[in-house]
Amino acid sequence: MPLFEVRHLSRSGLSDLSFSLAPGELVCLSGPSGSGKTLLLRALADLDVSSGQVSLGALGREQIEPQAWRRRVGYLPAESRWWAPLVGDHFPASQQAMFSQLGFGEEVAGWHVERLSSGERQRLALARLLANEPEVLLLDEPTANLDPVNTIKVEGIVRAWLQAHRAACLWVTHDQAQTARIADRVLVLDSTGLLEAAA
Amino acid sequence: MIQLSHTDLVLSALLVLALALSSMRIYPGIARQLLVAALRTAIQLTLVGLVLKALFANSNLLWVALISLLMLLIAGREVMARQHRRFAGRWGYSIGVVSMFVSSFTVALFALLVVVGNQPWYQPQYAIPLLGMLLGNTMNGIALALDRLTQSAWEQRAVIEARLVLGHSALDAMTDIRRQVFRSGLIPIINAMAAAGIVSLPGMMTGQILAGAEPVEAVKYQILIMFLIAGGAGFGTMAAVHLGVRRLFDARQRLRLDRLQR
Repeated sequence: MPLFEVRHLSRSGLSDLSFSLAPGELVCLSGPSGSGKTLLLRALADLDVSSGQVSLGALGREQIEPQAWRRRVGYLPAESRWWAPLVGDHFPASQQAMFSQLGFGEEVAGWHVERLSSGERQRLALARLLANEPEVLLLDEPTANLDPVNTIKVEGIVRAWLQAHRAACLWVTHDQAQTARIADRVLVLDSTGLLEAAA
Repeated sequence: MIQLSHTDLVLSALLVLALALSSMRIYPGIARQLLVAALRTAIQLTLVGLVLKALFANSNLLWVALISLLMLLIAGREVMARQHRRFAGRWGYSIGVVSMFVSSFTVALFALLVVVGNQPWYQPQYAIPLLGMLLGNTMNGIALALDRLTQSAWEQRAVIEARLVLGHSALDAMTDIRRQVFRSGLIPIINAMAAAGIVSLPGMMTGQILAGAEPVEAVKYQILIMFLIAGGAGFGTMAAVHLGVRRLFDARQRLRLDRLQR
């Protein structure tokens, strides 16, 4: 049984999309800009109204409380946002172990968000998301602002996460070399809908 | 009390006219607005004076209720008109009206029944001016708060959604905004209370003293009114923020900016 299943999903800008993700699977999603990749991720995270069935394991989205849904189906927007001055304010104390996995020391909790580089922001945003222990990751170009070394590092972290937690990931990327490195399967979104492409 | 003649009022109107004439060349638009507003003041207040005279002559609960309702509905329109991005449809109007109703009317009833304790409690000399002052100030607080609420939600959508996707509740995601909004609704009355008597003599008290009332008695009424206004504006703003935040999110705790007018 798939871990995450989408059937006949429609919303403004997208119509009748169906696909599924298996436990441990990393699926890359590509497509021309404006094709609706972000709209799809937002609908799956239940940020926007959509119709059709989306289910996690045996449960439909409607059977799971919205807050629990968004913790279990974790969405990382392309640009991270922060609402408090310090990095640590965005993490519960128990979850700060995540920092070392992403190459930060413990002192990062005391850093000011406004002094972070865009790459640091992106990695910390990923750490913030993983701290919720999501079962499905919806990542919108998570390495767009990273240098090659950190890109490889983030890819490795997500891969390890999927294996350790039997989680699944839908990863939006334009980078074909990245797709070749990480994807188990590739989906392409264009004006005709979702197409399966060779990995 | 010294009676004012029509000549006295004409003399004071000359001041406004002089201002309009001297600003006409540089600020023609404002000069025109000033004259129209002055004219409206004269006409509206004269009419209100006549209505109140008739109302005071026969103190009837039904009439008092009717006038109060009319004041509430007009205040509701005013709240709606002052918002840059208001809630679409009937919500744009009803959030303001409901918030003002629960706060202003409750506080006015409390003042009339418990504090002033007049017989009959709805005596229009007390009920209408009290409600008028409460509604006016509550309306300001609610209009400021709702305007700030919808504007902040619009501008800070990305931050609100960044919290929602991490599993925060809608209320948590709005914590900072709710705090700022509540503050902006209460700031006018907080400032007025803090400056009262030192920087400014409040209008109602000044009016009473000019009309010949004993200053200490006028001050007592002013203090009463300011406390009532603080309560009315505060609870009204609280209700408006509560209703506004509820309307901004749906049952799945999605931020619904499509419920605002573009």
